Amino acid sequence: MKVSAGILLFFLVFAIVGPWLSPPEYLRTNFDLLLQAPTFSGGHFFGTDELGRDLFARTMLGIRTTLLVAMVASLVSLVIGVSYGAVAGYCGGRIDAIMMRFVDTLYALPFIFFVILLMVAFERNFLLIFVAIGAINWLDMARIVRGQTLSLREREFVDAARLMGVSTPRIIFRHIAPNVLGIVVVYVTLTIPQAILVESFLSYLGLGVQEPHTSLGALVDAGVNQMEGASWMLLIPATVLALILMCFNFLGDGLRDFFDARRAT
Amino acid sequence: MSFLEVNGLTIAYGGKRVVDDVSFAIDYSESVGLVGESGSGKSQTALALLGLLPEQAEVHGDIVVDGVSVIGASAKQLSRIRARRIGIVFQDSMQALNPYLKIGKQIRQILLWHDLATGDDADARVIRMFERVGLPDPERQFQVYPHELSGGMRQRVMLAAALIAEPDLLIADEPTTALDVTVQAQILELLEELRDNTALLLITHDLGIVAGHCERMLVFESGRLVDAGATTSLFASPGHAHTRALLDAAPRIDSGNAPAPVNGRTILCAEAVEVTYRDGERGQLHAVNGVNLLLREGETLAVVGESGSGKSSLVRAVLGLVPMISGRVVYAGASLEGPVQTRPVAQRRDLQLIFQDPVGALNPQMRVQEIVGEPLLVHEPGLTSSARLDRVRAILVKVGLEDSHLRRYPHQLSGGQAQRIAIARALILEPKVLICDEAVAALDGSVREQVLALLRQVQRESGLSIIFISHDLAVVRSISHRVAVMYMGCLVEVADNEQLFSQPRHPYTKALIDAVPVPDPIVAPKKAALRGEVGSLLHPPSGCVFHPRCDYAKDICKKEQPEAMNVGGSRVACHRAKEIDLTT
Repeated sequence: MKVSAGILLFFLVFAIVGPWLSPPEYLRTNFDLLLQAPTFSGGHFFGTDELGRDLFARTMLGIRTTLLVAMVASLVSLVIGVSYGAVAGYCGGRIDAIMMRFVDTLYALPFIFFVILLMVAFERNFLLIFVAIGAINWLDMARIVRGQTLSLREREFVDAARLMGVSTPRIIFRHIAPNVLGIVVVYVTLTIPQAILVESFLSYLGLGVQEPHTSLGALVDAGVNQMEGASWMLLIPATVLALILMCFNFLGDGLRDFFDARRAT
Repeated sequence: MSFLEVNGLTIAYGGKRVVDDVSFAIDYSESVGLVGESGSGKSQTALALLGLLPEQAEVHGDIVVDGVSVIGASAKQLSRIRARRIGIVFQDSMQALNPYLKIGKQIRQILLWHDLATGDDADARVIRMFERVGLPDPERQFQVYPHELSGGMRQRVMLAAALIAEPDLLIADEPTTALDVTVQAQILELLEELRDNTALLLITHDLGIVAGHCERMLVFESGRLVDAGATTSLFASPGHAHTRALLDAAPRIDSGNAPAPVNGRTILCAEAVEVTYRDGERGQLHAVNGVNLLLREGETLAVVGESGSGKSSLVRAVLGLVPMISGRVVYAGASLEGPVQTRPVAQRRDLQLIFQDPVGALNPQMRVQEIVGEPLLVHEPGLTSSARLDRVRAILVKVGLEDSHLRRYPHQLSGGQAQRIAIARALILEPKVLICDEAVAALDGSVREQVLALLRQVQRESGLSIIFISHDLAVVRSISHRVAVMYMGCLVEVADNEQLFSQPRHPYTKALIDAVPVPDPIVAPKKAALRGEVGSLLHPPSGCVFHPRCDYAKDICKKEQPEAMNVGGSRVACHRAKEIDLTT
């Protein structure tokens, strides 16, 4: 878990700081150096792409976009999902039934179709990707939180709070929500890779970020086109992507063990 | 040579010793009690005897069973010791039985595995064993799954499993802790009856059980064996201070110093309260059936009964945590209605509840100071945070805790400390009525006495009225002014403490009292007074709910539900209360 967290932190710093160090680098085309293989002497550590842009700079930008998408999407799903699920679970009865049937209805919409519609309706927009990914992730989150809330609601400390006269909103946000957080945090670390994958997938399809901006998914897409002549264009972003996904998965597992252990004591 | 010899047994987890240099021996056919508070290493020792400790356990010392060493034995050698030499009965029978196998098959496996019988012969032996442990209709029971049996019946199956291979030693680890007292009495009697020549190692926290069923006893304190000797002599003159402390903390149902009755005004009154739950498709569960009860100012009213008697449902309905189907609750002249959220805040302030599981009743994500201060946040929102903290500090001192506890989380507290926090939280609002729902059931003897003393002190100082729900009659005897006895949702008897215990008027009250083990080896254990077990609340018996288990039942008891009547200072719901004499 510590190793995963370390690698992720490294990527994060890399992604934030990197593009600042050489702002225009990822835009600058150099037609003298098209499809250069990675070298240390030439200053292009990861080589260049078909337009002569430095792949190192573009990878840093890609990581930045990808992590941003993942985190914003997870945050959106966290806020909506936890509030929605906790309210539905705690109130129960008819309110719960109506709220959860709404979730079921959203589930039934074909996601890709939904995104394509969004893209067509409002131009291609960076923000829209966040919204789209967050909009599907919160459904799972709401279901998980609702399930947890249903069992927490029966716990004695909730009865105690009701007897003390604590108001319903305060019970939900002060007594129920903090207690689902452990599970939620774990779930978030597991949904981040999911969001990254969806973003990569959309970018690969050409529905995601647009040139000259890029993400790891878009880089992989570009790499596939040049696979035969310039394998590094595929291998480098793909490796970075796989590494990030793996780290999040390990981090999630580690956090789950950590919270389990705390629960047991 | 003794059958079992333990020498210098030490069990540690990650360097932390849970059993420390313990040595003892058990002879053929003797009965030994192993007592100690929770966490004293009793169960760990028992598991070590069978080589059942988890892999991380670091075990040192010698355990020799009839010349064979258990520590370091191979799986094959261990399996020869288990079942055939040593049988074991665990506390939680639901955990110990495989839920997917019919019980007959499970027990038969033991015979087949050890080559003790085959085919029809094995079946016949299992059925014979079922008959001996008192399972009704043993042939049919063969085909039953564990969840279809009641707790008491499952514990009988466990006994059958432990004894079928005719071991030389039977280990019973808290075998009756999860059972009701009347069923406990039946199981202990059965244990005694089946044992003949089998040695018995009975692990328990209940000194009453040891006094009645063990020749010798071993006393554990935090992993060490601190005292050992014949039961009679240890009870008469304990060899170690801890034994003395355990004995002092064991409440006696036959002791005479019951609190004198209190004559206060009526503060809380429940009339014809009825609570039912829906049990899926199976119908209505009648948890509370027309109960009338009143609480006087400054008194402790105990509500006792076995599981399913409706005592918890009754107070939960009073508090508005579960809906009342019919009936009325009046508090200080005003009617208490509707679910708790809809009741006036001032009313809620006056009635507070303390739960059985002290840790479960505290929000694990909040610190002690937030937990105890929260009621003030609701009821006195004008208070500044420093004034609130002062109040919290003051109440912590009152319940015997220190400032250093303020910043702790519930999981950093012991059971006794957590229960004090729960009490502090309830008392900070200065309620008029405190309801304790099995508030001391989960606590060890010495801690329980401290908490009871705290409740008494608070009552003395502030004239608090307490409803004390408990299944433990010995505790009730020492704390309550009046006692109400419930059975299957009905109130069967209400009387002053002294009156109820010295002269019970209802056959059920009498049976409950007799079933409580007395921590004194000189007092012979009474014969289990009740047959059978509590019936189903889905289909309660006709007439008097108690008649299927009652020795005094007549035709009228099967037909008509008895009305409560006054008989010599008690209020009893029994058709025959006036004619029968239960004092003998």
